[in-house]
Amino acid sequence: MEQLLEILREIQPNVDYDHCDTLIDGHFLDSLDILALVAEVEEVFDIIIPTVEIVPENFNSAARLWDLIQRLREDG
Amino acid sequence: MLSLSSYFSAAYLGLFLPAALALYWVMPQRGRRAVLLGMSFLFFWAVSGKLLLYLLFSILSMHHMGLWLTDLQRSAAQALEAAPKEERRALRTAARRRQRQVLAFAVLLQLGVLVGLKYSPFFAVNINSFFQLLHLSWQVEVPKLLLPMGISFYTMQAMSYLFDVHRQKIQADRNLLRLALYMSFFPQIMEGPICRYDQTAPQIWSAPPIRRRNFALGLQRCLFGLMKKIIVADRLNLFIQTVFTQYENYDGFVIALAAVGYTIQLYMDFSGTMDLAVGTGQILGFQLPENFRQPFFSKSISEFWQRWHITLGAWFKDYIFYPVSMSGPLKKLTGRARKRLGNHFGPLVAGTIALFLVWVCNGLWHGAAWSYLFFGMYHFACILLANLTGPYTKALKRKLHISPTNKPYLVFQIVRTGILVCIGELFFRANGLRAGLEMFEKMIREFSLNSLADRTIFTMGMDKMDWLMVAAMLVVVFLVSLVRERGKPAGPRFWQTYILPHYGLCCLMLLAVILFGAYGYGYVPLDPIYAGF
Repeated sequence: MEQLLEILREIQPNVDYDHCDTLIDGHFLDSLDILALVAEVEEVFDIIIPTVEIVPENFNSAARLWDLIQRLREDG
Repeated sequence: MLSLSSYFSAAYLGLFLPAALALYWVMPQRGRRAVLLGMSFLFFWAVSGKLLLYLLFSILSMHHMGLWLTDLQRSAAQALEAAPKEERRALRTAARRRQRQVLAFAVLLQLGVLVGLKYSPFFAVNINSFFQLLHLSWQVEVPKLLLPMGISFYTMQAMSYLFDVHRQKIQADRNLLRLALYMSFFPQIMEGPICRYDQTAPQIWSAPPIRRRNFALGLQRCLFGLMKKIIVADRLNLFIQTVFTQYENYDGFVIALAAVGYTIQLYMDFSGTMDLAVGTGQILGFQLPENFRQPFFSKSISEFWQRWHITLGAWFKDYIFYPVSMSGPLKKLTGRARKRLGNHFGPLVAGTIALFLVWVCNGLWHGAAWSYLFFGMYHFACILLANLTGPYTKALKRKLHISPTNKPYLVFQIVRTGILVCIGELFFRANGLRAGLEMFEKMIREFSLNSLADRTIFTMGMDKMDWLMVAAMLVVVFLVSLVRERGKPAGPRFWQTYILPHYGLCCLMLLAVILFGAYGYGYVPLDPIYAGF
């Protein structure tokens, strides 16, 4: 999780990732941030995020994104 | 003869809609479904006649192809489960390839009809111009084709269904009638909103009974839409027609006013139609997706498109922007570019490629003409410029100590966005790209307030009273938008509890339409703009 928070802080600093649960709905992350985030997360965690998973519910908070990463890791 | 070709026609509002609601109201649940389906097909047939066959083809092909995709997915899952671990990767790759082929074929069937009917005359004209340029005597016959009602809208719905089945977001529907209702639902087939299967199909199919409160609130919404259309959009029509067809005779101020007027007209016409569609849905007990969220409060063009024609923007984002920018090669490009160009400019490379495609499609979706393509490219350029300068404007704002909540700066951003939108709409409405460019040039070079000083502005299809009416209605729409923008207050308790005050408001709105509506002698009602796309 700490690794994910580091990625997020690098892409978009000045956001309270521990508490914010409206990263997409609150426009804290835009579509370009999502592109950077997906590329970095895929590389660091060695997963592939399918397009169907790129929905606000999976990216609205660091915790939700972490859940997605875990799920994709388990699916192999 | 009574025509159903507009949701605001007397035939639709006075006969078709009341008849459909009455029939729906008296029927049991199964009957209500039949009423919705029957009335939807009747409506389509009344407007498009035998072109109904195109809609039937779309429904039948999406039904069949959806089931084919689901069957492939099921058999692939079974094969994977039974296969030894080392063979699974190859099996998975082969299954995905097969599913992609079927999806491509399914999309081709849908898109083929749309492209064939809507774009073949445009292609033929341009091929002929090209031959002419090369001094060749060859000529391709320009086909004269009629478009079925709402083809640009229902094709998008069909494709989103197929994509979602392919992504396994939804299961293919075996019930052909449910799919047929999703595709043909009469309150929204002509101008949208572009619905998604998982959000709308089950609720429409559930056909709940009409509730008194839903009826009152839905009627209120429909009447607000009617006010926007009849009091503002129709009233502005003659002025806009006059200026856009004879722009050579007018100075820059009049052209600028016509551009602003057209933007307002387009908003009032389209959002008014959406009020009618969503309001009708509400009367029937459904929640159709919203297409507008106070677009003129946007602080940038990018935000504007998240608030204007929301369902179209969301469609392009979900089915073009992300799939393209997240495709293998572009993902790799983003990864490499990030390391060299940083977190902002790195993803911008792949993002821009995807954004370009989105705006080509957006422009062409609106119509087969160069001016629409230019309209798309104009918005692409505005968004790209904002993306490129984003880090610098942020730094400048920090230097000048301008906070994101600074009111004068917010107003500046909103006004700037409004001006950019109006310029885009000028090209959108102009009779061709050349006319648009000439109008824009005139607007800048020949700007003078003479027509205001000598009051000739009141002789261009709208008199002083017409302008006052439009201004008054705009104040009402602005106040309603302001309340919504600040978060919907529930209102006083009696407003929440009792239905009667809502009917009171409905009566007032109906009275406003009767008294202040632009109809009868001296007015030309506006044809539904988005139905033409």
